[in-house]
Amino acid sequence: MNDEPLLIAEGLTKHYGRQLGCRDASLELYEGEVMAVVGESGSGKTTLLQMLSTQIEPSAGRVLYRMRDGSVQDLWTMSEPARRFLLRTDWGYVHQDPQLGLRMGVSAGGNVGERLMAVGNRNYASIRTTAADWLGRVEIPQSRIDDTPRTYSGGMRQRLQIARNLVTAPRLIFMDEPTGGLDVSVQARLLDLLRRIVSEMRIAAIVVTHDLAVARLLSDRIMVMKGGEVIEAGLTDQVLDDPNQPYTQLLVSSILPA
Amino acid sequence: MTAPVYNFAYLDEQTKRMIRRAILKAIAIPGYQVPFASREMPMPYGWGTGGVQVTAAILGPRDVLKVIDQGSDDTTNAVSIRKFFTRTAGVRTTTATGEATVIQTRHRVPEAALNENQVLVYQVPIPEPLRFLEPRETETRRMHALSEYGLMHVKLYEDIARHGHIATAYAYPVQVDGRYVMDPSPIPKFDNPKLSDCAALQLFGAGREKRIYAIPPYTRVTSRDFDDHPFEPYRHDASCELCAATESYLDEVITDDAGNRMFVCSDTDYCEHRRALGHGPVAASPPAEAVHD
Repeated sequence: MNDEPLLIAEGLTKHYGRQLGCRDASLELYEGEVMAVVGESGSGKTTLLQMLSTQIEPSAGRVLYRMRDGSVQDLWTMSEPARRFLLRTDWGYVHQDPQLGLRMGVSAGGNVGERLMAVGNRNYASIRTTAADWLGRVEIPQSRIDDTPRTYSGGMRQRLQIARNLVTAPRLIFMDEPTGGLDVSVQARLLDLLRRIVSEMRIAAIVVTHDLAVARLLSDRIMVMKGGEVIEAGLTDQVLDDPNQPYTQLLVSSILPA
Repeated sequence: MTAPVYNFAYLDEQTKRMIRRAILKAIAIPGYQVPFASREMPMPYGWGTGGVQVTAAILGPRDVLKVIDQGSDDTTNAVSIRKFFTRTAGVRTTTATGEATVIQTRHRVPEAALNENQVLVYQVPIPEPLRFLEPRETETRRMHALSEYGLMHVKLYEDIARHGHIATAYAYPVQVDGRYVMDPSPIPKFDNPKLSDCAALQLFGAGREKRIYAIPPYTRVTSRDFDDHPFEPYRHDASCELCAATESYLDEVITDDAGNRMFVCSDTDYCEHRRALGHGPVAASPPAEAVHD
């Protein structure tokens, strides 16, 4: 266990033309820690996530990452092959829409095995065993290993997407509204699974969500965004139980009573 | 009325120059798909417009041209392309593999070994080996640029998961000189080993997709596979019923409505050559192979 931060963002700013996407966002994420980013639509939380996961280049600021060998590197000065290698080995990215994160025409086993083949595993039997094992871990019956995700339900697709991302044992996983579009009981099951896997594997995670219940259940720390700026940050329970900012108070009080 | 006068080999010299540049670049970067400004040709896409343009660009007045389609010299596609160049370039044509200096082919590599004075021109329908798994051209180009070829194995994985073995029988993906993964055009995988270390220059032209790529002479070409499911060329377990060849690639020909069939060499020139040398049918040999798997 290392006490240094895994991921450091400094002053991340993104302008879309004259439109502000996100201004001066900074954060530090430690190993095994789950950070939630909450806010309304258009508050810049997805922009922030995309900048952190190197999908869009920030207009200003930088992202530092501590590699497995302990060296800290600026993600935007790394070469593209190295960055893409990082993305498919040490990182995971769970899309809100599983169709974006999965190959819909490829069997579940192939979907999970793709990352293994991408890092050079050329043994069919071992790829298949690992894939079957991961399907079990995300509660997908192993008899469905040769079916394509097209034949899966929404919840199963999302779980398959998680398995596909976790098969290389990443240290950091980004999640963009992982429970969006799922019904409540399926959401609960998925959250349960996420919480178990994240704590078992000690994976650090950044979860973007507009659902405060998801944030409370999954995250250790929380960032509240509004109009492209981080307006409040801190321990999840603290922020949600005792919000400082009027906007956060509004958000918390707008949760429907269960 | 006089017939319109075409330039030698139909294409104008500037177009040939453009195609030759693409060919030179393709030879310099083995297996890399070079975009080129493909022209409308007087034949439909899918009939070899890419191959014809490459052939037109490299053909000289002293060249001897052979055109084959699925190994055969006398099918429609082969006959009409041969006629096309006879008329527009006036070059000598042949059906003998050994005599030809330029061989345009669709879906086969000749059985006879090629030599250093020959160029093999392939007609390619879809040059991108990753296309059916990754539809975005921007993404496949990046994958080639960064040698990210894990996806190619996903295709082979799917084959094994579905059929128990690598069922891809043609257009079997290869890696050229340890770098670019390439679609060898829809040749049977039986022909894949012939691509490697071949004495002749091999050029690939895709007219509709506007790509040219190449394998220079004596270049190592390997077929992609898994450690526990290695690449195996496939051949019908039979011998040619006309020339008794046991090493050549065979076509299965249905001979009547009762399900009778015969196996014959797909390479007609090879078969004729063997028969001329006195090889004949093996006496009363029933088709050895029982079930096609």
